[in-house]
Order: sequence, then C-alpha cells, then structure tokens
Amino acid sequence: MVPLSWYLIFSAALFSVGLFGVLTRRNAVAILLGVELMLNSVNVNLAAFWRYGNVTDIAGQVFAIIVFAVAAAEVSVGLALVISIYRKRNTVIADDLDMLKF
Amino acid sequence: MTVDQVIFLAVALLTLFAALRVVTTGNIVHAAFWLIAALFGVAVIFALLNASFLAVVQVVVYIGAIAMLFIFAVMLTRKEMRDRGPQLNPNWRFGALLAAVAFGGLLLIVNGWSGVTKTASAVPSDFDAVSALGNALVSPDAYVLPFEVASVLLVAALIGAVYVAFNQK
Amino acid sequence: MDFLKDPLKVAADWLLGIFAGWGMAELWADILIAFLGIFVLIALLMLLDILLVWIERKVVSRFQSRIGPNRLGPFGLIQPFADIIKLLIKEDTTPEGADRALYNLAPILSMMAVLILWAVMPLAPTILNVDLNVGVLYIIAAGAIGTLSIIMAGWSSNNKYSLIGAFREAAVMLSFEIPMLTMMLIPTIFAGSMGVAAITQAQDVWYFFLAPLAAVIFLVAAIAELGRSPFDMGEAESELVSGYNIEYSGMKFGMFYAGELLHAFTFGGFWAILFFGGYRFFGLEQVSAFLAIAILFFKAFIGYWIIMWIKYTLLRIRIDHMLAFNWKFLTPVAFTLLMTTAFMNALLADAPSWLYVGGMFLSNVLLAWAALETARYYSRREREKVEGTQKVAPT
Repeated sequence: MVPLSWYLIFSAALFSVGLFGVLTRRNAVAILLGVELMLNSVNVNLAAFWRYGNVTDIAGQVFAIIVFAVAAAEVSVGLALVISIYRKRNTVIADDLDMLKF
Repeated sequence: MTVDQVIFLAVALLTLFAALRVVTTGNIVHAAFWLIAALFGVAVIFALLNASFLAVVQVVVYIGAIAMLFIFAVMLTRKEMRDRGPQLNPNWRFGALLAAVAFGGLLLIVNGWSGVTKTASAVPSDFDAVSALGNALVSPDAYVLPFEVASVLLVAALIGAVYVAFNQK
Repeated sequence: MDFLKDPLKVAADWLLGIFAGWGMAELWADILIAFLGIFVLIALLMLLDILLVWIERKVVSRFQSRIGPNRLGPFGLIQPFADIIKLLIKEDTTPEGADRALYNLAPILSMMAVLILWAVMPLAPTILNVDLNVGVLYIIAAGAIGTLSIIMAGWSSNNKYSLIGAFREAAVMLSFEIPMLTMMLIPTIFAGSMGVAAITQAQDVWYFFLAPLAAVIFLVAAIAELGRSPFDMGEAESELVSGYNIEYSGMKFGMFYAGELLHAFTFGGFWAILFFGGYRFFGLEQVSAFLAIAILFFKAFIGYWIIMWIKYTLLRIRIDHMLAFNWKFLTPVAFTLLMTTAFMNALLADAPSWLYVGGMFLSNVLLAWAALETARYYSRREREKVEGTQKVAPT
C-alpha cells in the first residue's frame, strides 16, 4: 500500500509547479494552465484523505466533484475573457494589459 | 516495494515531469498537450486511490472538455504570439523561489502532522462508492445544497462566458 | 463442458499451472496472464478489423450497385490483406514544418481510443473483461481521447485544411457527447447501475422497448461521434480534401482508417449492449460462452450495418446546421426524455412489468411525437420567413 505521505508530497509538488506557472508565465492562457494544475493537486489531496480516512464517509469525493464544477466554470469564463481581450487589444500577454495603470 | 508503490512512483514522476513542461515549455500548444498528460497522470492516481468515478470524470471533464477548450483558446489567440520571445516573466527567479518556499512549507506541515502515518483500511466489499456518492449529492441530509450551488455556478458561468466572448457587431 | 461455459478461466488456470511449474511467483504469473489476455483480445480485434475493411467495401458497393472487391480470393476476401501490404510499403511522409512528436502520436491515440473501449465490453456472462462500475462514463472518456487524437493530427500536420477539419470535428464531437451521455443514463436508470455488464444482466426486456427514442438519439449521437456521414465534418472530401488526416500516408493513415471502422463496429456493439440485451438471447447465452459472443457479434453487426446504411444513404449536413440540430433539437429532447424517464421510473416503480414497459414505451412515443411537431412548427415558420422575402425580391 502506498503511504499517505507520498500522495501529500506529490500533491504539494504539483501545487508548487502550478504556482510557479501562475507567477511566471506571460501568456494569460498559460497562467490558466497553471491554475488547472493547482486545482488538480487539491483534488488529489481530497481523494487521498477520503481513501485514508473513513471510506464510508463520502465527503472527500463530493468536494472533489464540486472542485470539478468550479474548475469548469473558471476555465469557461477565464478563456472567454482571454478571447474577448484578444479581440479588443490583439494580445494575450498579461503584462500588456495595463489599461488601469497610469 | 509493492506493485502499487511502483505504479504510484512511475505515474507521479511522469505527472510532475509533464507539469514542469506545462509551465516551462516555450510552445503554448505543447504546454496544453503536456497539461493533458499531467491530467491523465492525476486520473491514474485517482484510480490507485479506488476513486474510479473521480478517475473517469477527470478524463471526461478535464481532458474531454477543459483541455479541449484550452487548445481551442490557444489556437484562437496566436496571431501576435508565434512562440517568439521569452515565455516567462523577467522576474521568474522570484516566482521559482516563491514556489519552492510554498513546497517547503507544505512539506513542513505534512512532516509535522501526526495523521500522516495513517494506513488505509480496505474498502468494505458491500460498499459501492458510486451509489454512495450519488446519494450524498442529492440527499437533503448531506450535500444537496453545495450540489445545487455548483449547478447555479455552472449556469452563471455558461451565460457569462457566452456574453463575454460574444462578438457584438 | 467447463471449457464451453467459461473458456477464459479454464485457459487462465491452465496457464497458471504451466507458469507455476516454471517456478514463477503467482503475482508475476497473474500479471503475465493478464497481459497475454489483452494481447490475444487486441490481436483478434485487429483480425476483425481486417475483415471489417472487406465488409465495408462490399456493403458500400452493394449500396452503389457495384460488386466491390472480387478478384483476389473467393469474394475478394484477400483484398484487405493486399491493401495492408500496399499501406505498409508506401512511402511514410512527414510534411515540412510538422510537429513530429504529436504528428506520430496522433494515429496511435486514435487507434487506442477505440481499443480501450473493448476493456469494458461484456462479451459473455463469464467474459466481462473489466467489470467497471462506471462503465458508461468510461465510454465517454474513451471518446474524449478520440477527440484529442483528431485535434493533435489536425494541428501537428501544419496544414490549413487539416486544422479546419480537426476544429470542425472536435466541435461536433464535443457537442454530440452531451446527448450521447444523456441517453446512456437512461439504461442506467433502468438497471440501477452504470456498469455495462450490470446493464446487460438487468435487461430481461430489451431497453429498446422501454425507450425507443433513447435508442434512436443514441445512434444519431454515436454516428456524429464516429465522424461518419452524414456528420463527417472532419474529413469532408468535397470541401477539405481529406480533413484532419490529409497529410498522413501509409500505415499512419491506415491506423486512422482502421480505427474508424472498428469504432463504428464497437458502437454497433454498445448500441446492442445498451438497448438490445447485449449477449442475451432467450437464455442461449447460458449454453456456452462462444454462443454468447456469437450473439453479441451478430447484434453488433446489425448495428454496424445500420450505421453503414445511414452513411451511404444520406448527404452531408452543413456544419452550422449540424450544431444547431444538436443544440436546439437533440440536446433539449434528450434532457426532456431523461427527466420524463426518471419521473416515470419513480411513478411506475411498483407497477406490474407490463404496465411499466407499456408506460415507458408510450411516454417515449408521445415525447418523440411532441418533439417532431415542435420542430416542424418552427421549421415551417422559418421557411415561411425565407419564402416571404423571396417573393418580395423579384418584383
């Protein structure tokens, strides 16, 4: 049997990689890719805690399903925003979107 | 080492490698395809955790819908950005440091937590996780409210996405 | 007698005995036997695939008043082997500027998306392959990999036609997945399980008689998912030359082609399993596992034949009409049908079986009639709008 700590370390590593992507990427779509990785790492944790806790208590899986729904909503709105910005300003580089800055 | 552990290690390393490629590769289309590889890896991890429903939903929702959306979005927004120039911020070292600190902090928390040595009990043979999950999602004593909130969120996202991306002439 | 009932177990036990005789640990022997089983299944499927090429060519030529392959061997049976030799010795080209890794990966994924479907195919009461309790969702997940392979092929070829073809095909597959999944939930409601094997075992009455509308919608969505005419947007020959696989030659193209044929046959099989009782036929399946497989294949071939019949009879639909047909007609009907079925299932839970079947059948027929009438009303209004402007124009 795989120890619980392995899952937790794996998920922490995945989260950090996603965080790195969110912080450093210039392309807005690539930033969203990083967010997906972070959401996935959370799901790994939820599933692992469900499996290693009380199996008959299904809460971990329910939370993971809610995360799926939130991820789908986030991606659809996020990508719609990116495409809309691209139409207006012809760029998807996050640094160039500084209209609010003086 | 048991078979489970070998499979876990192989899948986890491949997934992390794919995740690293997602955040570092210069070609955004490749990044989207590497994301699919990473999501597959996570689906296998779900399968290892006996969460078969989550594993299959991961493939259906993430790879079938979300990753496809990403690929569409990448290909629709590529006029300006033919993968030339740097893909990372000039201050990417700071980002890497922050990510490393976050990883270290999470490791510390895992290390300091007493429940980490917990072992998994076998799944009872008469326990059907899929039907338990289905019942929990629609039962008023359990999670019907979050479930409904999630569906309202999805409808709102659907309408919002159509409104935002709609091309007003 | 045991071998006829459960050939797989007998073979596995025999192999285990041999491997144990060689001093192999039981764990490794089990893994080796599982791999051997997968290998044999895939090898047989590939053989079937070669036969399907011949069947497809024969059937299409009959539809078009031709004879089809008839030179090599009896009834042209050797022809597909000649085709394979031709594909194998053809020059394997990679277009300039193609993304090599993705370009080579796409045909493999395309074939894989079909082959992994067979992992959940219950072939006989004793040969269930993998009895997954989320089998229905697994079928959709395999379809997602198929979409992925098409996008990959279209993008990596570095060709505008293939990219347009891939975009169209992906849009179609993503949209038609929704009514397909919804229709798969209807057998799930009847059987009370998402497992494909459990759905087969629960079918004392074919689900076609409980939900004929669901069976029809499933078939339509499956044809769109397969990318076959009248929904063959991905490779619309008259517009896109050959669509997403335009740049592929030799066996790489052969993988797409063979994958498509096997996919069609597989969906014929799933149609049979979900709505026509799978391997069950008046208790005949209990006699022998081989008979059960033969029954399933017979039903699958009928489904495959219907898919071919539609393919070679109807013309291609325009892409916007097709997506409008899905989003404005098929999906609402599918959702209404799902709600009606769930409601009727709760209402008739304690009813005798004749009332249950009759009620379900009538509700389906009624819903189909209402949907068609609504569609007719709207299309007539639309037509009048168009014709009205046309009448004004000449004067």
